[in-house]
Amino acid sequence: MMSQVFLSVALTLVMLIFLTLVRALGGPTVLDRIVGVNMIGTKTTVLLLLIGLIYENMPMFIDIALAYAFLNFIATIGACKYFRRSKRVHLEDDLAIEKEGSA
Amino acid sequence: MNWLVTLLLVSGVFFFAIGTIGILRLPDFYSRLHAAGKCDTLAATLAVSAIALYNLHDLSFASILVSWKVFFIVFFIFMASPTATHAITKAALIVGVEPWQRKGARK
Repeated sequence: MMSQVFLSVALTLVMLIFLTLVRALGGPTVLDRIVGVNMIGTKTTVLLLLIGLIYENMPMFIDIALAYAFLNFIATIGACKYFRRSKRVHLEDDLAIEKEGSA
Repeated sequence: MNWLVTLLLVSGVFFFAIGTIGILRLPDFYSRLHAAGKCDTLAATLAVSAIALYNLHDLSFASILVSWKVFFIVFFIFMASPTATHAITKAALIVGVEPWQRKGARK
């Protein structure tokens, strides 16, 4: 019975990941995309633990989930540090500059 | 015990859904961060606590060790997710993302 609960929760999480991907793909600024990817990473950490419960191989998947959580945090901080220096975070700005260059 | 695990998991998924709706529907960047930061932290804490609790149903040294690691993930998410949200907000303020205002509001 519990494995069915875990499976349905995992499937709901996959659906929510796809909904978050909408924001991560089409956000108006680059920082929106970073927020979306950060949320997807948090959901994926929980999803990895659920996969470990479903396949009854918890000691392996716990290490993968831990590494994924660390990596997600470091990637977010690194992307913030990078985009803090660039002044063009609006995606439309890049398109406008490209148009000016071609005109 | 199974009921408690199910309740924690379902409430975790509920708050994940609230955060996803917030990040899709809210009008500007800072309010989206408000949805992303808090809902994600609470939901991940609830769901991962449920997994750690379920892992203790056969009590042995190995399962206690695995649950200790799972609680370490809870602790790390609890520290890291607000820190990441704060870093993103500071980057947005430095870069100059405009806050949303109601039409006709005084500047």
